[in-house]
Amino acid sequence: MVIDKLHIEDTLKQVTDPEIPVLTIQDLGIYQGFDLEGDKIIVKITPTYTGCPAMDMISVNVKSAMQEAGYTNVEVKLILSPTWTTDMISKDGLRKLKEYGIAPPVEKTTDKSYLSDEPKIVPCPQCESKNTEMISHFGSTACKALYKCLDCKEPFDYFKCY
Amino acid sequence: MDKNKNILLQYVLQLADNAMILGQRLGELCGHGPILEQDIAITNISLDLIGEARVLYSYAAEIEGNGKTEDDYPYKRDILDWKNILLVEQPNGHFGHTIVRQFMFDCYHYYHLTEMRNSSDIRLAEIAKKTIKEATYHLKYSSEWMIRLGDGTEESHAKMQEALSDLIRFFDEAFIPSKIEKEESLKGIAVDCERIRNRAWEKFRSVCEEATLKIPEVEYPQEGGKNGLHSEQLGFILADLQFLQRAYPNSNW
Repeated sequence: MVIDKLHIEDTLKQVTDPEIPVLTIQDLGIYQGFDLEGDKIIVKITPTYTGCPAMDMISVNVKSAMQEAGYTNVEVKLILSPTWTTDMISKDGLRKLKEYGIAPPVEKTTDKSYLSDEPKIVPCPQCESKNTEMISHFGSTACKALYKCLDCKEPFDYFKCY
Repeated sequence: MDKNKNILLQYVLQLADNAMILGQRLGELCGHGPILEQDIAITNISLDLIGEARVLYSYAAEIEGNGKTEDDYPYKRDILDWKNILLVEQPNGHFGHTIVRQFMFDCYHYYHLTEMRNSSDIRLAEIAKKTIKEATYHLKYSSEWMIRLGDGTEESHAKMQEALSDLIRFFDEAFIPSKIEKEESLKGIAVDCERIRNRAWEKFRSVCEEATLKIPEVEYPQEGGKNGLHSEQLGFILADLQFLQRAYPNSNW
């Protein structure tokens, strides 16, 4: 099969995240490009959290998307550099997260304030209220914390700064 | 294998074993946490640690380069080959024990990774830059629970004090270099664990103080894990962890 770089890029950009299916792996910053070794395509992905159990599923999905597009000689490589951070989530990704009901990260990780004990305000993705509180640092997946809106009373996930 | 390569391998395995055994211990609480949110929190931390163990075991397999995979180390090594510190194999006990053990490990782990980011071994530095983000959340979590329960009710205070008295003898082992950690060839690669002792203890003391807990004197500090000498606890963990591979060798999904 002829290797068409744009076609490959397009195919890979459309693979979605199994945990948050409204986001593509490109939106999340997990997709880190691909290399060619002869006619072998090496797709690079980086994990959000080190132990993220979705990575195996993402590898499988990448391979099957590529197969459907006609590429069979595909290897998925897990890389740790550049270190993934929530700053890598695209603007589109942040918007989609909120629409999906997950509060997007409120700070850039570069300002390091997420490490201090300053309580941060996470607006409710349902009603926009800033009157919210954290229930737990750890939520339904490694990358999320659990919050509750004190106005509309809905609990919600917060994609925490990383 | 080349001598220096073997030393690096032993060092990487020692780091991986700490993360693996504590991850496995915390995993025992899956579905058994005191309340739902803490059940989830503890298993999230477990997942992070097993993730860290996996990248380190994968690196070990690459160093050995003889066809082994990340799975060979946790599933197929006998007890004397494990080099984790004794602290991480201690039982979950009551929630106070789980939290004190976690807090002690986090104090060590956080400062250890802080230093490892500067390792001259690119892979180790890369792993540290990644995992420190997770360890930061762990330290924050365990510190908060230390304070909430230590400075809580009479009963929670007494239980935390009891846990601290039971576990304090295991705290210092992390900061005593093993023969491997002292090897000349690991200079610049391995973290000088004596150098992080003061910072870790400082954090430990300040949180204990805020938690109104008294740090007990240690009469008999316990060490040996880094050299493969373990408490009986590790045998039980491995019996559980390795059962499938021992009973049905090389079975696969």
